[in-house]
Amino acid sequence: MSGSLLRRVRVAEVEQVANRIKRFRLVDIDNAPLSEFSGGSHISVVMHSGDRLMRNPYSLMGSPTDTSSYQISVLNCGNDSRGGSKFMHDAVSVGSELEISEPLNLFPPCKLARKHILVAGGIGITPFMSMMNELDALHCDFELHYGVRSLEEGAYCKYLQSRYGSRVNVYLQDQGQMIPLESVLGSQRLGTHMYVCGPKPMIDWALQTAELLGWPAENVHSEQFSAPPPGKPFVVKLAKSGREIEVRGHQSILEALEEHGVDAPFLCRGGACGQCETGVVSCDGFIEHNDHFLTEAERVSGKKIMICMSRIPSGSITLDL
Amino acid sequence: MTISTLKSRPTYPGLSPDHNARSNIIVCDKAGAEAVTELFSRADDTFAKRSTVIVAEGTTDQDAETLKTALAPATVGFQPSLETGIARLREFLKDAPMGLRLYAAGSEPLIGSVVQAAADYSIDHLSIRTEHRGSLKRRVQCVHCKGFTENVTTNPVTCSHCGLTLMVRDHYSRRLAAFQGVCIDAEVPGEVPETEALYQ
Amino acid sequence: MALTFKDETFRDDFTFSNSPAAIRRFPFPFVEDKYMYSVNIEPHTTGPEGSVFEFPFDIDEHYVSEMRDRAMVLQEDPARCQALPHMMMAQWDMLELVMMSMARDYPDLFTLTRDGSKWHWVNRPLKIEQTFTFGDASTLPYEPMEYIGRQVQGDFSIQDQRDNQLWMDAGIITSQADWSLDFDVGMNFFEWHGPVPLAHEAGVFERALKFLLNLQISNPVRRLNWTMTINPRLDTSPENYHKWGKDRTTVTPENVGQKVHLRVEMQGLFRLPRSNAILFSIRGYLLSLDQLVTVPKWGRRLHRVLKTLPEELIGYKGLSRYRDTTIEWLSKYDDGAPTSRGGGPD
Ligand SMILES: Cc1cc2nc3c(=O)[nH]c(=O)nc-3n(C[C@H](O)[C@H](O)[C@H](O)COP(=O)(O)OP(=O)(O)OC[C@H]3O[C@@H](n4cnc5c(N)ncnc54)[C@H](O)[C@@H]3O)c2cc1C
Ligand code: FES
Repeated sequence: MSGSLLRRVRVAEVEQVANRIKRFRLVDIDNAPLSEFSGGSHISVVMHSGDRLMRNPYSLMGSPTDTSSYQISVLNCGNDSRGGSKFMHDAVSVGSELEISEPLNLFPPCKLARKHILVAGGIGITPFMSMMNELDALHCDFELHYGVRSLEEGAYCKYLQSRYGSRVNVYLQDQGQMIPLESVLGSQRLGTHMYVCGPKPMIDWALQTAELLGWPAENVHSEQFSAPPPGKPFVVKLAKSGREIEVRGHQSILEALEEHGVDAPFLCRGGACGQCETGVVSCDGFIEHNDHFLTEAERVSGKKIMICMSRIPSGSITLDL
Repeated sequence: MTISTLKSRPTYPGLSPDHNARSNIIVCDKAGAEAVTELFSRADDTFAKRSTVIVAEGTTDQDAETLKTALAPATVGFQPSLETGIARLREFLKDAPMGLRLYAAGSEPLIGSVVQAAADYSIDHLSIRTEHRGSLKRRVQCVHCKGFTENVTTNPVTCSHCGLTLMVRDHYSRRLAAFQGVCIDAEVPGEVPETEALYQ
Repeated sequence: MALTFKDETFRDDFTFSNSPAAIRRFPFPFVEDKYMYSVNIEPHTTGPEGSVFEFPFDIDEHYVSEMRDRAMVLQEDPARCQALPHMMMAQWDMLELVMMSMARDYPDLFTLTRDGSKWHWVNRPLKIEQTFTFGDASTLPYEPMEYIGRQVQGDFSIQDQRDNQLWMDAGIITSQADWSLDFDVGMNFFEWHGPVPLAHEAGVFERALKFLLNLQISNPVRRLNWTMTINPRLDTSPENYHKWGKDRTTVTPENVGQKVHLRVEMQGLFRLPRSNAILFSIRGYLLSLDQLVTVPKWGRRLHRVLKTLPEELIGYKGLSRYRDTTIEWLSKYDDGAPTSRGGGPD
């Protein structure tokens, strides 16, 4: 049960929507209808770049009820990107074929909330695009606070303002504008939920601001667009099969296993869904836990690892596989 | 006690102050008021100053005075019953902003009623800080006639509406703020085990 | 396969029985000779032709009579069908999934025509024809879950997904194995399984929950569960336990074969796309022991399974009063011969 069934799609449209962001419209290869989805969902895009296989999650931005196509936006990570986003920008054009997974939602709006505060930074706007679509259709109360570096760097600012009017607030960093989160969160009615998506420092700041204003943890939600951080090479030993596999510096354990034909479970590949949790039999030194799934106690125990994101500094780790 | 192997049976981890909350609403009965006093002794004065305590159980004037002193500088209000106490809580919650933290201390029916009312204002039950004190009495819903029997201290118990003899299960509904009561002698009428005073 | 619907009852005179073909396709749940609790989840993909796994929602010869029994239960106790207010989108999701599947899999019986949000539904066995606007509950005689729930075999609950938990916030349950929707609605996954013995300790529910939270659109799964019921009664609800509980004392060595029924639930789990909720279908099958032992392997195996059942489960499933009589009766059908693996008849 690794991953999900894949669907072949064709790129029907590519648009440069901001300096480093492209929007891609994907249609089924046979023009069959795609699944509807819920606000906040993402898909995994499988990319074959030379002999490398990459799977990156991207949030769905279009209308959840539009089954004719899916839309994603990809930020070109430029020099930082050694992988997929550069491939999407450089090698994918109208007519290209890709494989995608079915939608998965790890960032749904809470249906019991009386109001939704959406806080986005940069490319973190993407999951909110479908979320706002859904909330608007359901006549739910929401407001968006969206910080971008500049109008040129920020995607969809104009579109969002014209579509949702005063519910959308854009803050331009180059003009010294900051999201006034303290005053936004300070004046909300009981039962309001906050959602934040953006760079890690921004997420940390938003979560902390909410906590300091006395918001219960149950009312705040976040999604981080993380990719497995690189490190030094190390060795994975598989306890059941006795195999030994080397993990390169720019590879995750999961990717190394896949490269060697070992079928390991996964879904989000971003450390959020819990699907790739694997038992640790023994380990040289400490595990660098990079996921958002394990509890603190589980991390400390050293008995579990999320192989899509986490690694060890060097040496070897024996997994219950 | 309030420990059970049944996962639906709620647990009450005990009160702890949320120092970040801008206002605290605390509902308790007389037994629970002791837990509130202890809560205040663990926090600084500004915490109590931001707190409103609703004592939802009849008290003598003298009791009330003692409590007011013990809970100062919090604002303390007295309500003659759990029902009026919950009605008062609802008034507070109606127009309240985020930044409010809710606490409940006392018997299970009291805690359950607070959690149940709070749900109407979209307050997640996990964000309510709770402590059980005093009586183990329960509110029980008869699964057959759906009537509630209050202040149940024994198992089995007679349904105060339909008269069936009910076994009180540890299965608990937050929505109803009640334990489940199921006819104990449905298979052989009259075959009823001895009544035990389990929830004094 | 052309279906002939039986006219039968699940109460009072209990005229329910299975045709020989229905016995052959009964989903006998025990794959080996002793009882083991397991999550036993498998993909709910198209099964062998004619089997109960062939389609996502199995319609069989009992359809019309079961729907009549459900209508009677709802008439007496409307609280058997409940949906919390935030579940409306999930209700539509369910209606769409069930209607699309039934119309696709049983075109002779059901027809669905869609023109944008204008939908036209024809149910021939129940003689229902309905034009409605998808998404507008005021165009249906009931809310969407109840509307379609009255036309599809099996009980249903719908779980909302919040904070890494599943919350049972809607359901239509008229033939449950002893649990109350009215009491349990709004509970989370661990809470509504609270009364199940043994499995919590084994960590079964933690694993199952984690699995379900990641359940994918278009990738439903299923599992089998079982219990025993005296008389082919569908409404074995706790609500009416004081009325049917006595049945459990009526089992004698002479009537075991007619009275005692194995009751198997095929539980299907579907991710609903728009609401991100999970639809849980509980499709029940009843088989009297008289009919069960017509398959020799099943007679042997059930005898062995009941002998090894842990005490906690005997109590939980309510078998205490008649287990011994039943084992004694079944022993006549167990000659000690080995059985083949798997649940199917030899
Ligand atoms: C839930 C979720 C939603 C997301 N939604 C969006 C979105 O809407 N828009 C968006 O722009 N981004 C989104 N992201 C982030 C996105 O998935 C990618 O992480 C991002 O595009 C950067 O990927 P990259 O491949 O360019 O770069 P990298 O992060 O460098 O690489 C990504 C992959 O390539 C591998 N890799 C990198 N370098 C090497 C190398 N030298 N050799 C071998 N393998 C290598 C990495 O291990 C990794 O698997 C989302 C992430 C998550 C978790
Ligand atoms: S695949 Fe989701 S946490 Fe690793």
